[in-house]
Amino acid sequence: MVHLSDVSMTYKAGTHAADHLSMDIQDGEFVFLVGQSGSGKTTIIKLLTGEVRADEGEIEVNGFDLRTIRRRNLPALRRTLGVIFQDFRLISNKTVYENVAFAMHVIGASRHEIRERVPYVLKLVGLEGREKRLPQELSGGEQQRVAIARALVNSPSLIIADEPTGNLDPARSLELMLLLHKINELGTTVLVVTHEKELVNAFSKRVITLEEGRVASDGTGGYYGHEAD
Amino acid sequence: MKLTKIFYLIKEGVKSIFTHGFMSFACVLVILACLLIMGNFALLSLNIDHNIKQLESQNEILAFVDENLSLEDAKAIGPRLRTLDNVLDVQFVTREEAMESFISKYDDEEMFSDLTPGTFRNRYLVFLEDLSRMETTRDDIEQVEGIAEVSASLEVSRGFILVRNVVTIVSVALILILFVISIFIMQNTIKLATFSRREEIAIMKMVGAGNAFIRWPFIIQGLVLGMLGGVIAFLLQMGIYEVLTRRIAASSLAMMVEVLPFNTLMYPLLGVFLGLGLLVGTFGSSIAIRNYLKV
Ligand SMILES: Nc1ncnc2c1ncn2[C@@H]1O[C@H](COP(=O)(O)OP(=O)(O)OP(=O)(O)O)[C@@H](O)[C@H]1O
Ligand SMILES: [Mg+2]
Repeated sequence: MVHLSDVSMTYKAGTHAADHLSMDIQDGEFVFLVGQSGSGKTTIIKLLTGEVRADEGEIEVNGFDLRTIRRRNLPALRRTLGVIFQDFRLISNKTVYENVAFAMHVIGASRHEIRERVPYVLKLVGLEGREKRLPQELSGGEQQRVAIARALVNSPSLIIADEPTGNLDPARSLELMLLLHKINELGTTVLVVTHEKELVNAFSKRVITLEEGRVASDGTGGYYGHEAD
Repeated sequence: MKLTKIFYLIKEGVKSIFTHGFMSFACVLVILACLLIMGNFALLSLNIDHNIKQLESQNEILAFVDENLSLEDAKAIGPRLRTLDNVLDVQFVTREEAMESFISKYDDEEMFSDLTPGTFRNRYLVFLEDLSRMETTRDDIEQVEGIAEVSASLEVSRGFILVRNVVTIVSVALILILFVISIFIMQNTIKLATFSRREEIAIMKMVGAGNAFIRWPFIIQGLVLGMLGGVIAFLLQMGIYEVLTRRIAASSLAMMVEVLPFNTLMYPLLGVFLGLGLLVGTFGSSIAIRNYLKV
């Protein structure tokens, strides 16, 4: 569950990236977060993961109160999340397999669990046969899929994806959306940040539109009508 | 912590030595250089100290025996002197021997042809354990029955003690300075090594890794590199010492100085090198990554 109420956040450089912003996402929902470049989408994700802190307002994620959370409790929060970052954030000297497996080591999974789960997830995102490659030996789309596999591997209760289709061709993009959809149907909450109108409109899901750090519209129906993007 | 996790963290630590090969190499090299500089200096001052002590031990007290005592009685004083505190050894010298050694010091033996042993007194040479307590020991010897007079060159012994104190203070100060500089250099090398990994650390934190998960591989890496630096430094130090010892033995210096055998210094040196390497490796790396853990 995600709850933001009257959240404001200003970067040191002076940008008001979030401006009295409120939104609620219930467990099991599938939500698209759209908006122009620079409207504050990535900032919201950073607020949800505790990477940056809000200046005012309430933020609650999976039962953790981000206003009062202590730094040493951040790992516990992050383990309930599967985040797919806009810039992938893969570890450059670890192979595809290791990049995914280390997320399971983080939560203390057994060797047996890791050996079963990692190949399964890699196959799910279509990366079988690439296990031993390093990130720089992969295409952009393949790197993105490693990031997706890592986000999925621990079966988090909330998946947050920042432009997960940014480097994928239309067929792959649709495939990934269907995968996220399937995961959502199995009970995982999904929040997808995207620019791609067609993709959003192909699904009949809730769409939250951001404008200059504020929620400009929030509605179900899969319509994303802002021209600027 | 689960066993799987512990194994993983150890494996990660060892693996990162190779994945960050250049930085590992630089760290070992820096530890090596710092230990060798300190090591050579410490060994040098130990040898200087040893040689001064050698000279000191030749600075003995002369205890003259009462002229009225027979040779037998004079000899009987020896055991009593030996039991005195701070006395290392005593050596009895008869008046005849004293005369001979006196005359032999001069080239012109004719000059002393009319000397008789009666001019000299039976005496003891008393060697001390600790030169700095010469004055009290001299007083103790004076109390011994049958000893008529005691001659001790307090000035000379004070000179030796002064020289040794100066050498000790200077070398301890220099080693401390070298130590501080070494720590500083190593700290910065490790900082550099961790800086190149801040991205990796940030990613791990985003995936939910706790501080221990990130810190342990680092500490293990530091531990292995520190130990490696210590062992290599020790082996090189051994080589350098052996070469220098042989050089000195072959040169004219051999007459004047005595070089401590490496065997007697080996274990303390190995201990200090290993200990310092470990200390710097583990503490250095855990301090250096502290800043990157706050994401
Ligand atoms: N680290 C930062 N320091 C200062 N300003 C920042 C920082 N990150 C983002 N901003 C600014 O905050 C605003 C919102 O940025 P954010 O990254 O949230 O946008 P976005 O909606 O994700 O954009 P995009 O679609 O291009 O990814 C922008 O004006 C940006 O310039
Ligand atoms: Mg963004």
